[in-house]
Amino acid sequence: MLAFIIRRLAQSVIVMLFVALIAFIVFRYVGDPIASMVGVDTRLEDQEIMRERLGLNDSVIVQFFRFIGNAMQGEFGISYRLQQPVTELILSRLPATIELALVSASIALVFGVIFGVYTALRPKAWSSAAIMALSLVGVSLPTFLIGIGLIYLFSVELGWLPSFGRGQVVDLGWWRTGFLTETGLKSLILPAITLSLFQLTLIMRLVRAEMLEVLRTEYIRFAKARGLTQRAINFGHALKNTLVPVITITGLQLGSVIAFAIVTETVFQWPGVGSLFITSVQVVDVPVMAAYLMFIALVFVLINLVVDILYYVVDPRLRVDGGAGK
Amino acid sequence: MENQRPIAEIPREDLIVPDPPKGRLAQALDSDIFYSWRTSPVTVVATIVALSLIMLAVLAPWIAPYNPFNPASLNLMDGFTPPNSTGAFSDNYFLMGADNQGRDVLSTIMYGSRVSLFVGVLATLFAMTLGVSLGLIAGYNGGIIDAVIMRVTDIQLSFPAILIALLIFGIARGVIPPSRQETMAVWVLIFAIGLSNWAQFARTVRGATMVERQRDYVSAARIMGVHPILILLRHVLPNVLGPVLVIGTISLALAIIEEATLSFLGVGVPPTQPSLGTLIRIGQQFLFSGEWWILFFPALTLIALALSVNLLGDWLRDALNPKLR
Repeated sequence: MLAFIIRRLAQSVIVMLFVALIAFIVFRYVGDPIASMVGVDTRLEDQEIMRERLGLNDSVIVQFFRFIGNAMQGEFGISYRLQQPVTELILSRLPATIELALVSASIALVFGVIFGVYTALRPKAWSSAAIMALSLVGVSLPTFLIGIGLIYLFSVELGWLPSFGRGQVVDLGWWRTGFLTETGLKSLILPAITLSLFQLTLIMRLVRAEMLEVLRTEYIRFAKARGLTQRAINFGHALKNTLVPVITITGLQLGSVIAFAIVTETVFQWPGVGSLFITSVQVVDVPVMAAYLMFIALVFVLINLVVDILYYVVDPRLRVDGGAGK
Repeated sequence: MENQRPIAEIPREDLIVPDPPKGRLAQALDSDIFYSWRTSPVTVVATIVALSLIMLAVLAPWIAPYNPFNPASLNLMDGFTPPNSTGAFSDNYFLMGADNQGRDVLSTIMYGSRVSLFVGVLATLFAMTLGVSLGLIAGYNGGIIDAVIMRVTDIQLSFPAILIALLIFGIARGVIPPSRQETMAVWVLIFAIGLSNWAQFARTVRGATMVERQRDYVSAARIMGVHPILILLRHVLPNVLGPVLVIGTISLALAIIEEATLSFLGVGVPPTQPSLGTLIRIGQQFLFSGEWWILFFPALTLIALALSVNLLGDWLRDALNPKLR
């Protein structure tokens, strides 16, 4: 177990270094950092002094390690556009994105499993067929169109829910939450559904496929022969054994949820990290781009790591052949 | 079957190299693939929808009712004309209404699908070329080259394509001088989308190549001294094309959606060359004021296009997979 975790950690570090290299190249070579900081009337000599002071004349290797050192301390420089430290900017936007992503992932997981189990247990019912057909639409529709469709239905036509922003937020230290006010919760519904739909269909199809497979196995037949209740068989035996791939996909998709939040946040003008990233791409705000890249990579790597460890916890079979050998 | 001669009458040469008993077309119509196409109504409908949308897009300059990018033919007074009515100022008839600038929505859709398809097809071809080449190299060589390429593929696959495309787009904006950004935008977009979609090709082709590499015909070619590049292109490549075609179709649908998403986010094609995504972005502004047609028709076209290509990809995957037959 420990050896496994160490090996996975080493792999994660390599991936992070790789992404850091890309972020560094972007940071250092896209546009001239000096040109973006000085005005037109700054003398060339002064520019040279600044260059020297910022260490831009050092060798690339030295600069790269300095970049990594700064990144580890959460130091990514000053945003060209907003003239604020990038880390502060991202931290102030982070709660909005995390709340949105967590709610979406929960919706996707809960409803994905429910629908998946339902369609697997009643494969021939027309309701199952309807759910499956809807899920096909969910997979092939672009996220932003789903968002626009929901806005049209629930904000424009019915007028039930707000179409943009976070509503009222409450400050809890540096964390601004929308969970505690009515408008905050109402504003969360549409973006969260939009963001969750793709993951929901994915989880649902996965649970369905896995359940159908497990229900055919010998031990389920044996459980039936033992006279266990249908509920115990379906949930205690069958569902439990479908959980490994479900955990993997849900976990891995949590990263995509944060990335896809870029689109959802734009549709709903949600003040999160994703919309910050989009504006920084539009105006080539390089430090923000580099920092966001590192941030997303970190999230992905951490999630991958947690998912791998969860595997071990959930599925004892992996412990038997993995733990001793590796 | 009755038109075939009894076996005894067939000359020996025919047994060794049998001539195709029918013409190419007849043969194609009799094939398993055509049969599976013909017997799946969903696929037939998807094909018709996809082909007609493609025709409308390709022929747009000749068959579109108006040229929406010719300022002379536009009239701001015609703006917001509802569908199926004539303009307030001119006598122009707008089947799908007019947008805020008085452009015929039907014509903008036709020209817009042209841009969407152009970007989608070229990006997919680029991703295919890159992914297939890397996959062939990795699968044929093995060892350290394979390990490096596959590691990069893994990293690439664990990040969503849209994120990678956005990043490449952002970098390109920083590198290309502002004066040329307008003209380069479409190419940057193709490059960005292509570069975010190659990994699936590489992974599949690498797996197939590793299987083909063990086959006798590859060993034979190698012993005959054929150059590895020729072996890959002439012998291995044709044998791994099936899955490539399937992934190609599905990633065309993905590329079209990705392009629309990027354009919707405002980082895609320039406003002078609107794609379906740009049109949806424009239409979204009028969602609350009731001019639904400016948004509705481009969105419908995008859905129809992406869904039909996706369904074709699904069918192709089932048809080419002998296990599912």
